[in-house]
Amino acid sequence: MELEFGPEYDEFRAEVRNFCNTLGKKTQHGSIRLGEYRPTQEMVEWQATLIEHGYAARTIPKEYGGFGAKPDIVKSLIISEEFVRSGTRGGIQNQGISMLVPTLLEVGTEEQKKKYIRATIYGDIVWCQGYSEPGSGSDLASLKTKGVVDGDNFVVNGQKVWTSSAQFSDMCFILVRTEPDAAKHHGISYLLMDMEDPGIEIRPLVTMTGEAFFNEMFLNDVKIPVDSIVGKRGEGWRIANVTLKYERGMIANPGASASGIRGVADMMHEETLSGVRAIDLPVYRDRLLKLQARSLANKYHGLRLLSNDINKESTGVEGLIVKLSATYLSYDIYSLAVDVMGEFGTLYDGSVYQRKKDWMRQYISSFMGIIGGGTAQIQKNVISERGLGLPREPLVKLDKSGWELLRKK
Amino acid sequence: MRFGLSEDQKMLGDMLNKYLESNLDLEGVRELTGNDVHHSPAIWNALAEQGALGILVPEEFGGSGLGMLHAEVVSETLGRHIVPASYLGHAVLAPLAIQHAGSEQQKEKLLPEIASGEVIYGIALTDVVMNRENTQLSISGGKVTGDSTFLIGGQAAEKLILATAGTLILVEKSAPGVTVETLTTVDKTRDFAVVRLKDAPCEILGKEGGATDAIETVMNAGRINLAADTLGAAQAMFNQAVEYARVREQFDRPIGSFQSIKHILAELITELEPSRSLIWYAAHAFDEVPEEATAMACHAKAHVSEVAKNITRATTEMHGGMGFTDLLGLHFWFKRIEVNRQLLGGPEITRHHAAVAQGWAPEKITAA
Ligand SMILES: Cc1cc2nc3c(=O)[nH]c(=O)nc-3n(C[C@H](O)[C@H](O)[C@H](O)COP(=O)(O)OP(=O)(O)OC[C@H]3O[C@@H](n4cnc5c(N)ncnc54)[C@H](O)[C@@H]3O)c2cc1C
Repeated sequence: MELEFGPEYDEFRAEVRNFCNTLGKKTQHGSIRLGEYRPTQEMVEWQATLIEHGYAARTIPKEYGGFGAKPDIVKSLIISEEFVRSGTRGGIQNQGISMLVPTLLEVGTEEQKKKYIRATIYGDIVWCQGYSEPGSGSDLASLKTKGVVDGDNFVVNGQKVWTSSAQFSDMCFILVRTEPDAAKHHGISYLLMDMEDPGIEIRPLVTMTGEAFFNEMFLNDVKIPVDSIVGKRGEGWRIANVTLKYERGMIANPGASASGIRGVADMMHEETLSGVRAIDLPVYRDRLLKLQARSLANKYHGLRLLSNDINKESTGVEGLIVKLSATYLSYDIYSLAVDVMGEFGTLYDGSVYQRKKDWMRQYISSFMGIIGGGTAQIQKNVISERGLGLPREPLVKLDKSGWELLRKK
Repeated sequence: MRFGLSEDQKMLGDMLNKYLESNLDLEGVRELTGNDVHHSPAIWNALAEQGALGILVPEEFGGSGLGMLHAEVVSETLGRHIVPASYLGHAVLAPLAIQHAGSEQQKEKLLPEIASGEVIYGIALTDVVMNRENTQLSISGGKVTGDSTFLIGGQAAEKLILATAGTLILVEKSAPGVTVETLTTVDKTRDFAVVRLKDAPCEILGKEGGATDAIETVMNAGRINLAADTLGAAQAMFNQAVEYARVREQFDRPIGSFQSIKHILAELITELEPSRSLIWYAAHAFDEVPEEATAMACHAKAHVSEVAKNITRATTEMHGGMGFTDLLGLHFWFKRIEVNRQLLGGPEITRHHAAVAQGWAPEKITAA
């Protein structure tokens, strides 16, 4: 174990801390949450400040609008730690920045990188993710939205669902079946669709939090230029998995659980039950400490994965568990918060008794992580099949009457 | 020996269930709650007609004087159908408060209007369970001043029973000096309120300081009926998940054919069925085994709250993206269970009271 990062990192940490204590002080807690709204002018300006200092888009080459630093995972970690510690608002987190940009950097053409990366990281282009369909969620590769080449365009018809942010997005990275004769996983293409197209109809879907985060998206003869494809025709499944890797990484961000723990611990120092502070009550404090341990375990686990990355060591099952672990942790953290707050924890109207936090909304929102980006059960399949090498459940294809037979008691 | 509901109790449940099946579907709940109606007069009348409001009121005062298992059956059915009606406060807590703390005249005057449902009662107990705001009611010369933080019954309640250390008082919502401010929780099927009092006229139920035992009895009834409401709601979520697992297909097969889904459902029902038995026993103990009443009521509530929480999570997950929508409506049950969990004390608090009842812990919680 060699945890000394060296003197240049101490200096770097001091620099970040100084930034947080000066410029950072003026920002508010938190960053934009998935699917909520377009970044405000204030957020766009803050994003520019962060990029200028290298605290957002840090390793993205200068030519695409980034800060252009050499990848240095330790520095990234220091930034994230100092931001969490000081409660400084991070950069914009949305599907374009966290998922599409790294995908384009990995597999996009030079032209696509030039055209989209700068505008995306500065918050000018907002993206949505058009993967799921009514019949294709966990079994995403069965998707049916069709794209047929006509001249210079793919003409696309079909329906997407649960599309977060579609109602205010400029662009959509979308999966479309373009090779109907190829096998399931080989017939899909990964396209970049302009949301201005008149053939797109968007219907908001209200979620259980009461807000309309996500949408149904109906596609009727939508035209997407044939060069707006990432990778080649039929390679969409592979590209989608590149994006998915970044999506799961984003959802599993250990910094989020650390701030969650911090928020609950702060509240427990203030909240009293019959005159006793919640933090002084062992039943709650013990739960908090169990969660803190899980959060710390995930934090250092993240460090271990980073170390594997730096030292070019391969990562096995330990890399596949992060999303499952982080999303249940977040659920448990906000469950504790609601329990400590008791009846007041169920309030949902900004009343003073909520103690300035929307605990119930945070609690419910934790399901976004558990279900989105591949459900918990799918994570478990991935962990056991890919991570542990267990055989897959056999994919027997039965028709309706076959299933009827099995249903018979 | 026969452990279970009597024919009479089953009939009551079936009858109410039938009524609700044909008169209040999810769309009906959506419509009422969408218009901020947390207490449906039509359903109230039906409950009154079926005698559900007078179950815990003795016959001499116009009720049927039936036992806690009857009330349990009603609460469970209301939870199953996420019914917007103030049953708990009005028909469970209020009559027991009056019965156990009130004077003969008060019983004669108040209990009949509970049984008939013509005047709606609410009750606030939170500040004696776990006081979070250091609120206190100061009572002198027939006037009361102070706040009571979590009125069960919300805006529909016309007569309010409020608890403060060892004493229960009655105030009328319409009296001068009484303000009832809505507290909006995540659960739209019921509403709650803060009651703010400034020199408001009040009537003490029985004698000042004489309601300690009555408050415990009322709390136990509340715990049992909240547990029952949660049980009904959890069963409803569970049934929906089983049905969805049968019909939703992914990978060319019903998702219920995946062992992982089957086993989750098997685990949930393995936890849920014994909770039902525990709640039945707690209701029985309330009427027949007084020395066990508090511990059983507390255990029933805390335990079913934990079991139901697993159900809310797993069944929501099992519906995938659909589970997170408003469209499906599963969240109505989810949220009702979540509020029941916290009402009259969350699991940790309630287990503490179970320990106290067995002499395993001192009454007052202290810092450690
Ligand atoms: C808040 C939120 C935001 C989202 N945003 C987007 C977005 O922006 N873009 C987008 O494309 N999608 C988005 N999604 C969709 C998300 O990716 C899907 O909901 C998810 O993949 C599950 O698919 P499904 O909803 O069809 O559920 P289903 O696949 O129908 O799953 C139902 C249940 O069956 C289980 N199941 C399915 N297959 C198996 C199996 N083989 N073994 C065991 N269990 C199985 C699942 O785990 C689940 O419990 C979002 C979802 C949520 C909740």
